[in-house]
Amino acid sequence: MRALAALIRRDIKIALRVGGGALIGVLFFLTVVVLMPFAVGPDLALLTRLGPAILWIGALLASLLTLDRLFMADHEDGSLDLIVMGRTPLELACAAKALAHWLAAGLPLIIATPVLGLLLNLDATSTSAVALTLLAGTPALTFTGMIGAALAVTLHRGGLLLAVLVLPLSIPVLIFGVAASQAAISGPLSFGTPFSILCALSLVSFVIGPFAAAASLRHGLD
Amino acid sequence: MRLSGRDVRCARGGREIFSGVDFEASSGEALAVTGPNGSGKTSLLRLIAGQLTIASGSIGLEGGESELTLPEQAHYLGHRDALKSALSVMENLSFWRDFLGGEAFDARTSLAAVGLDHAAHLPAAYLSAGQRRRLSIARLLVVRRPVWLLDEPTNALDTAGQSMFAALMGDHLSRGGLIVAATHASLGIAARELRIGGGS
Repeated sequence: MRALAALIRRDIKIALRVGGGALIGVLFFLTVVVLMPFAVGPDLALLTRLGPAILWIGALLASLLTLDRLFMADHEDGSLDLIVMGRTPLELACAAKALAHWLAAGLPLIIATPVLGLLLNLDATSTSAVALTLLAGTPALTFTGMIGAALAVTLHRGGLLLAVLVLPLSIPVLIFGVAASQAAISGPLSFGTPFSILCALSLVSFVIGPFAAAASLRHGLD
Repeated sequence: MRLSGRDVRCARGGREIFSGVDFEASSGEALAVTGPNGSGKTSLLRLIAGQLTIASGSIGLEGGESELTLPEQAHYLGHRDALKSALSVMENLSFWRDFLGGEAFDARTSLAAVGLDHAAHLPAAYLSAGQRRRLSIARLLVVRRPVWLLDEPTNALDTAGQSMFAALMGDHLSRGGLIVAATHASLGIAARELRIGGGS
């Protein structure tokens, strides 16, 4: 436990310091959402209808943007070799790294959502529905994205490959995330159904992500 | 405790690096792996550290802790120093102490042993190559592991640093540890030589 806590603390510290990249995701999210009203035009009803989808796409792309650093930085400086050798099971170490990444890069997106919701003419209920679905769904993006990050770790500039690998896995999360938000705003579906599936997707990714990532790290280190 | 390899063959990417390598080192012994560039010294260390899969043959540690694997009882000091530029010297070392686990020592004492205690609060980005190497060496001291796998350990160290490190290796051996070091230069301690690759 002490080793995992140390790993989480270290990763968050690095992400929050200069050049760490935690803010890059939020800034990208901000850019996408701020530009959207200018592209769509001043049709408030249309913006309200598109709002949840725009926020979700922004959050998805922002979380993809920083994922490639998840293992790459540790691989480049040799830390990953020592983590693989360590007494902590690699699966748990992967889960800890993903958790730290989500805390540093995913949580700020959710905190920024209420502010950005204003730009998209979303009222308080809609914004909190979107924030809630992001809270339930972004961990799934991080934990499935981790598999792609582990596969692309030995490739320099593997960011694009990572996006291609991870996108199919993140589509279900996007579908049910937006569906749950829309259900809360306009119906006719009940919020609970797509939201439960979204939570289930996250839970499945918690189990599969660390094992798949650890397996590909073990095979990939050469 | 005895570390031994029998008829070890190493292949990477379908190309054979070396084959038929036998070695043995007991508690208190150092093994210096020598050979020309590209002969597979680093690969041998990485095989022992479990970072590469062995193509054939076997590597084993007898008399260690039975519940731990060989890599879990080993320190690996490689070309890449596993330091984060954004963290301070102390934070880097404390992280590895907490993460590696096992019998741990005070980080400040270990820093003093490698002559870096005055730089504990500095970001690792400000360190010179030799200081980074010293900080990596401090990692070997802050958590006790019986097997040290060292890849060109004295690279970038000044003369004082080399003799400091020789003394630290001597202490480690006298406590019953064992060392496998890939090196071109002299280690500064008595070591058996294992020559791989390049014929004679």
